[in-house]
Amino acid sequence: MASLVRAGVSFLERSVEVAPLRPALSAGLPVRLRNVAKFFGSRSVLQDIDLTIEPGQFVVIIGRSGSGKSTLLRLLAGLETPDAGDVHLGDDASPGRLRVMFQDGRLLPWRRVIDNVALGLPKAERGRAATALQAVGLADRANEWPRVLSGGQKQRVALARALAANPRLILLDEPLGALDALTRLEMQGLIEDLWRQSGFTAVLVTHDVAEAALLADRILLIEDGGIALDLRVDLPRPRRAGPAVAEIEAQILDRLLGGSRRAA
Amino acid sequence: MAVTQLAARASESPHPPASARQAPPSPASGRGVFWGRLGVTTWVVPILLLLVWEALSASGIVPQRKLPSPHSVALAFWQLTRSGELPRDVFVSTLRAAVGFAIGGGLGFAFGLAAGVSRLAENLFDGTLQMLRMVPHLALIPLIIVWFGIGESAKVFLVAVGVFFPIYYNTYHGIRTIDAGLLEMARIQGLKGFDLFWQVIFPGALPSIMVGVRYGLGIMWLTLIVAETIAGSSGIGFMTMNAREFMQTNVVLLGILLYAALGKLIDMAARRIEKGALAWHPSFAQA
Repeated sequence: MASLVRAGVSFLERSVEVAPLRPALSAGLPVRLRNVAKFFGSRSVLQDIDLTIEPGQFVVIIGRSGSGKSTLLRLLAGLETPDAGDVHLGDDASPGRLRVMFQDGRLLPWRRVIDNVALGLPKAERGRAATALQAVGLADRANEWPRVLSGGQKQRVALARALAANPRLILLDEPLGALDALTRLEMQGLIEDLWRQSGFTAVLVTHDVAEAALLADRILLIEDGGIALDLRVDLPRPRRAGPAVAEIEAQILDRLLGGSRRAA
Repeated sequence: MAVTQLAARASESPHPPASARQAPPSPASGRGVFWGRLGVTTWVVPILLLLVWEALSASGIVPQRKLPSPHSVALAFWQLTRSGELPRDVFVSTLRAAVGFAIGGGLGFAFGLAAGVSRLAENLFDGTLQMLRMVPHLALIPLIIVWFGIGESAKVFLVAVGVFFPIYYNTYHGIRTIDAGLLEMARIQGLKGFDLFWQVIFPGALPSIMVGVRYGLGIMWLTLIVAETIAGSSGIGFMTMNAREFMQTNVVLLGILLYAALGKLIDMAARRIEKGALAWHPSFAQA
C-alpha cells in the first residue's frame, strides 16, 4: 500500500514538472538506409550502412570520436548527402517531419526564448511554442534573451524548439555533452518522458555509455565507419542505474575498448 | 611661465599620488558615481578648458586674431543665428549630408547584401569594389568638379561615394561571418528565402552593419566639410571659408565647433538606434 502511494506521488511530481505535450498519437517516422557510404575527400567516413529503424524507436548511436556517428546523424537530417546508397524517411516530405537538437543549442541570440521556440512555425501554429516551452518547464522564461539562461536551460529551449512542430523524427546530436552530470540526468529524464508522450522516432548520438543504456531501445555502435554492434535493450522504463543497466554498459564498453580491456 | 607650469603639471599626471592609486574608485559606491550619474564629471574638463582659454585670450597671451576668445565665438553664434545665416547654412549642410548618406548607404547596403548572399554577385563585383575602395574618395574631387561643376550634385555625389564603401564592406562582411551553425539550424527548422533572410541573416549581420553605418556617418561629415570648403556658395564649410577671407576667425572657429556638435549629435543618434536594435547583444545589454 505504502509503495503504491509512493508510486502515485512520484507520478504526480513528474506530471507537475512536465506538462503533457499532447497524447501519444502521431506515429514516428520509419528510417531506412541502404548501402549508404560517405566520403570526405578520399577518406571514407561511412561505408555499407544498412539500417532500418522502426517508427517510434529510441535508437542510440554510440562510438568513439571520429567514428562517423555524427556524420550518420547528419545524413539522416539531410545536412549531408550520401555518396552512395540512399536514405529513406518513410513517405513524409513535409517540412515539419524532422527536427535536430545540436550539442551547442544554436539559439538565435537576437530572439526571445519564446520566439526561438517558434522559429519556423507557421503563424497559425505559433501557440505550440508556448506548449512546448511549458513541456520543458521553462514557460516562465519565455520573454528572456537566450544569453541570460544557463547551459542546461538553453538546451531545454533547444529541445522545446525541436518539439514545437510535432516532428515525427528527432535527431539529437550529443545534446547533453556539454552539461554537468546532474543537469544531464535531468535532461535524460525529460527527453525520455517527452518521447514516451509524443511517440516520435528518436535517434541520439552520444559517447556516454551510461546514457545509451538508460535511454535506448536499441544501441548501434559505430566503429571505423560501420555498424559494429546492434544491441536491443528490453528493460522496463524509466530505468535506473542497477545490475541490468550495468550489464548493458559493460557489454558496450567491452566492444568499444576491444581486446585491451579483456586482457586486463 | 604659465606654459612651463602647465607642462610641469602635465608631466606629473601619469603618476597619481599614492593615495589615489591605493584606493581605486569602487564601481558601486562613492561620490564619483553620484556626480557621474548627474553627468557632471563629463563636463569638468571641457569647462575648465574654456575658462583657461578665455583667460589666455583676455590677458592677451593668445592674440585674438589667431585664436578668438570663447565669448567672441558665442557672440558670432548669436549674431549669425539672429540674421538667419547660420540656420540656413546648417540646414543646407545637413540636407546634403542626409541625401548623400541615403544614396551611398542605400547602394552600399544593396550591393553588400547581394555580395553577401550570392556567390555569383560576389564574383561579379566584389573584386572591383575592393579595388575601388582603396582609392581615397577625396582624390575624385577634380574629376567630380569637371563632371558636376560645383553645384549640389557634386557634393552629394562625393558624400555618397565616401559612405558607400564602409557600408558595402561591413554589410558584406557581416553576412559572410554569420555562424554557419545557426544557418544550418534555421534550414532544419524549415526557414528559407525571405524568412531566412529577415529572421536570421539580417539580424545576424546587423552588428557589423551598424559598425559600417557609424563609420559611414563619420566619413559623411568629413567629406562634406572638404567638399563645402573647396567649392560652394552655401553650407557650414562655405561659411567658414568666407569668414577666413575677412579674417573673422571667430566665425571660422564657430564653423569647426558646429561640425563637432553636429557630428556628436549624429553619433549619439546612431548609438541610440544601435542600442535599440541590438538589445539582445551582450555588448549593448542594460547593466
